[in-house]
Amino acid sequence: MGVATKILAAGVLAAAVTAAGAATAEELVVVSWGGAYSASQQKAYHEPYMAQHPDIKIINDDSSNEAVAKLRAMHEAGNMSWDLVDVVAADAIRLCDEGLAMPIDADKWLAPSPDGTPASKDFGDLLVSECYIPQIVYSTTFGYRTDLLKEAPTSICDVFDTKRFPGKRSLEKRPINNMEWALICDGVAPDKIYDVLGTPEGAARALKKLGTIKDHVIWWTKGAQTPQLLADGEVVMGSTYNGRLFSVIEEEHQPIAMLWDWQVYDLDGWIVPTGTKHLDAVKKFVRFATDTQRLADQAKYISYGPARKSSAPLVGKHATLGIDMGPHMPTDPKNAKTTLLYNYEFWADNRDDLDAKFQAWLNQ
Amino acid sequence: MTVQAEPIGELRTVDGTQLKVSLARALRRQRLTAFAMVVPLLAFILITFLIPIADMLFRSVENSIVSDTLPGATAALDQWEGSSDALPDEAVYAAMVADLKVAKKNRTASRVGQRLNYQAPGMSSLFRSTARKVTRIKQAPYKAALIKSDKRWGDPETWRVIKLFSPRFTSGYFLAAVDAKQNTKGEIHLLPKEERIYLPLLWRTMLMSLAITVLTILLGFPIAYLIAKSPTRIGNLLIICVLLPFWTSLLVRTTSWIALLQKEGVINDFLVLIGAIDDSNRLVMIHNTTGSIIAMTHILLPFMVLPMYSVMKTIPPSYMRAGISLGAHPWRAFWRIYLPNTVPGIGAGSILVFILAIGYYITPELVGGTTGTFISNRIAYHISTSLNWGLGAALGVVLLVVVMAFYLLYDKVIGIDNMKLG
Repeated sequence: MGVATKILAAGVLAAAVTAAGAATAEELVVVSWGGAYSASQQKAYHEPYMAQHPDIKIINDDSSNEAVAKLRAMHEAGNMSWDLVDVVAADAIRLCDEGLAMPIDADKWLAPSPDGTPASKDFGDLLVSECYIPQIVYSTTFGYRTDLLKEAPTSICDVFDTKRFPGKRSLEKRPINNMEWALICDGVAPDKIYDVLGTPEGAARALKKLGTIKDHVIWWTKGAQTPQLLADGEVVMGSTYNGRLFSVIEEEHQPIAMLWDWQVYDLDGWIVPTGTKHLDAVKKFVRFATDTQRLADQAKYISYGPARKSSAPLVGKHATLGIDMGPHMPTDPKNAKTTLLYNYEFWADNRDDLDAKFQAWLNQ
Repeated sequence: MTVQAEPIGELRTVDGTQLKVSLARALRRQRLTAFAMVVPLLAFILITFLIPIADMLFRSVENSIVSDTLPGATAALDQWEGSSDALPDEAVYAAMVADLKVAKKNRTASRVGQRLNYQAPGMSSLFRSTARKVTRIKQAPYKAALIKSDKRWGDPETWRVIKLFSPRFTSGYFLAAVDAKQNTKGEIHLLPKEERIYLPLLWRTMLMSLAITVLTILLGFPIAYLIAKSPTRIGNLLIICVLLPFWTSLLVRTTSWIALLQKEGVINDFLVLIGAIDDSNRLVMIHNTTGSIIAMTHILLPFMVLPMYSVMKTIPPSYMRAGISLGAHPWRAFWRIYLPNTVPGIGAGSILVFILAIGYYITPELVGGTTGTFISNRIAYHISTSLNWGLGAALGVVLLVVVMAFYLLYDKVIGIDNMKLG
């Protein structure tokens, strides 16, 4: 053999040896929402798990926004490339109904709490679907600029009062939550909201109330927009997810404060897509990532309440800022005086219809 | 070889065949070889591009979900007279119960409910709740049992909706895409003015795209002219300046416009600083049509400048000099000689910009607010969020037809052959 061929052969051999020597890691694709929320999951679940199990590699994908559409498409193509997906409860119910998410036996799959309570009791009523493992309780609520307003707003109806609180607001570009708030401020009793909203007159009434501030509203579609608008001073009040507001107030030190009145609770958690190729590895990961300590750990990085009852007393201080996380949780009694829980049944039925009315109203 | 005295057209090749025939044969072989070389690419485009798009667009008329999920009930409903107020008879109810039991096992009940929900709100919850309870209905009389499980089964309107949407193909999505609706009696009428979304949106999309095209022509022509007339070194530098934004991420460009145009943004701060406007009267240049047009003109400008520049580069400067030397005023020479020669470049640039603008999604989403969004934003909403793929596909077809119409119009007015990219 010539010299060149010998060198080539040696190189190929060396490469083969190193490739064989490296451990083949099993890869799990975990899908989430991105931003501060994904970062908190990585620090609380993914990194500790990978440290304990070097043969598993967890890949983060930030596509939860289009999760339902993509899962449908993947299912139709017969090629499920995701292993665990983080979705809100409404999406989980939809996915479960369509058979795109696997039913989960809470007591078999999930770890009991440290004092022995089975998982199904520890999660309690938050197990809204047989396919869903709720992780956190988050809420959609308002933040406001403390320096751009003469007096601090104390009630949700201050959002509709442009005389005492002049300036622009930012609201989510969808009817959910906005219509409920509009009806509350139009005088409807909170326990009758969905009965009224279900009628055409009720929907028109909500839109009429929203119409009183329509010219003062910037409509957001992504959670990061309101904190940016508040920080820029473009709006004086804006709705978004409470964790984003925590981030902009405590981490970015902007002159913003929280308005918790009539915050709307929602759940965020895991579903396992049907057809996942790594079911055993996913089951082991889920058992780890949903136990009491892990949920309390996630609260160290972001101000979302853990879904397990046993995690609440373990919620401590922020990992880097050292502040107590308890008072910043949406479930804290001081913040939770008036709350709404997202009405999954109602919106599953009426979302398409009310959304069409809302979009037509927006475009006028 | 002797020259034979034959009439023209009767020339023959060495082996005796007619020249015409031999030539035709050779040309055909050449064409076949050329085609064979292109076949792999054609197959690739067909399989990865045309067929998936056609499949997606087909969803705009496809409605097999209802008859596939409820085969017995839809077949039995054929006999039922929808126009009277009488309910269907026992056989239909029995078929529906059987179908729902199968659907519950296969987990298809909620999807068919969702599909019907697009036409009649409430169907989604009806199917979901009935699917949950249907296993308890074990024997006849099915009619009474089904109505007992949910009283909406006793409303003839429910059955009329199911009957209307039983066929395998539906016009429902296309009607919705043009803001029309077909009621259960079969009449088609436009939605009331306050409920129309898509027609005004389509109109707005076309107008804004035209505005953007005209603006890019007005802004791009001087730039292309300058680059074409400059000496090569400077011209190359200017070309790099035009291309540099291409290498920057689209989102970065869009968000930098937000920082410039917003109420507390750079432009407003500057104008307040020099005293041109009052602090309480800042210009609203974003989250509306203005913001969309400004940002998109900036983003689509290179697509106009480059074709124009390539065409201008090929126009010999001697034309203008000839015209001026014959006594024309420079402006008249420009108008009568130079401009008509650049029309192919303007044509190429405008068709590029228009088609890109009409389908744009990201920039209007971020800076458009409510008055500056395009129809593509609604298509994206239906594909990702409301999951009404039929309506998304129908809107896509409508957009495609509009673009085709503009293309044919362009061909009639300017001529598609009259287009050069350099």
